[in-house]
Amino acid sequence: MSNFAIFLVMLLLGYVIGKINELNHYKSIRLREGKLKNLPMITYGKKKVFHNYKEGSLCTGSVVIANDYYKKIGATIINLIGGRVTFYESLIDRARREAALRMKTEANEQGAKAIVNVRFETSTIGGQSGKKKGIGSIEVLAYGTALIEK
Amino acid sequence: MILTNLESVPGKNITEHYGMVQGSTVRAKHFGRDFMAGLKNIVGGELKGYTELLHESRNESIERMKKQAEHFGANAIVNIRFATSSITQGASELFVYGTAVKVE
Repeated sequence: MSNFAIFLVMLLLGYVIGKINELNHYKSIRLREGKLKNLPMITYGKKKVFHNYKEGSLCTGSVVIANDYYKKIGATIINLIGGRVTFYESLIDRARREAALRMKTEANEQGAKAIVNVRFETSTIGGQSGKKKGIGSIEVLAYGTALIEK
Repeated sequence: MILTNLESVPGKNITEHYGMVQGSTVRAKHFGRDFMAGLKNIVGGELKGYTELLHESRNESIERMKKQAEHFGANAIVNIRFATSSITQGASELFVYGTAVKVE
């Protein structure tokens, strides 16, 4: 009985605090994306030769976002019945946008006009030992070359 | 040392080509940060400790790659790629590789 009570408390905590964290994070993401929207992120450019720019430098941004209990349980249920795991979609979306924003911020500080050949790397980190299957946290790394004008 | 993930360096020409250089680190977390991560796995949110760890690992790997390139006499590394993987719980490997070249 007490085990079930602990489970419910963790679920509730996960849901409430997780939801609040997520909403605040999204608000912050939207604000910063608005400020940096004039700095384009371009995914081509690897084989192009750029003559009009003074230099290019590697800029990176990364973030690690933890899974919460509510998402983990939700995903476990969906793993039984199948379908889109909407619980993880917001986690991955937040992480990707945050990593891209950090890369853009670093490029902006160097006075870049555009970031070319942007690539993303995603991986999961750790996870609870044993207990339930599920991801622990996800890391997203975004990197590209910042073009600094002459 | 110029670093870029393009195949050429903007505004410069590649004159010599030295081959692949790489750098990697494996870092483990200490108990304090891992405990916080355990708590955060209930409520979610960013794991600043891990982000910092990976940021440091990345910088360390890039330094090792740069040292290897300097050893060849290169002054730029092009076509850089990253690979991350989790080794055991709380330890992650970051691998960085690229091609060392001389530009002017």
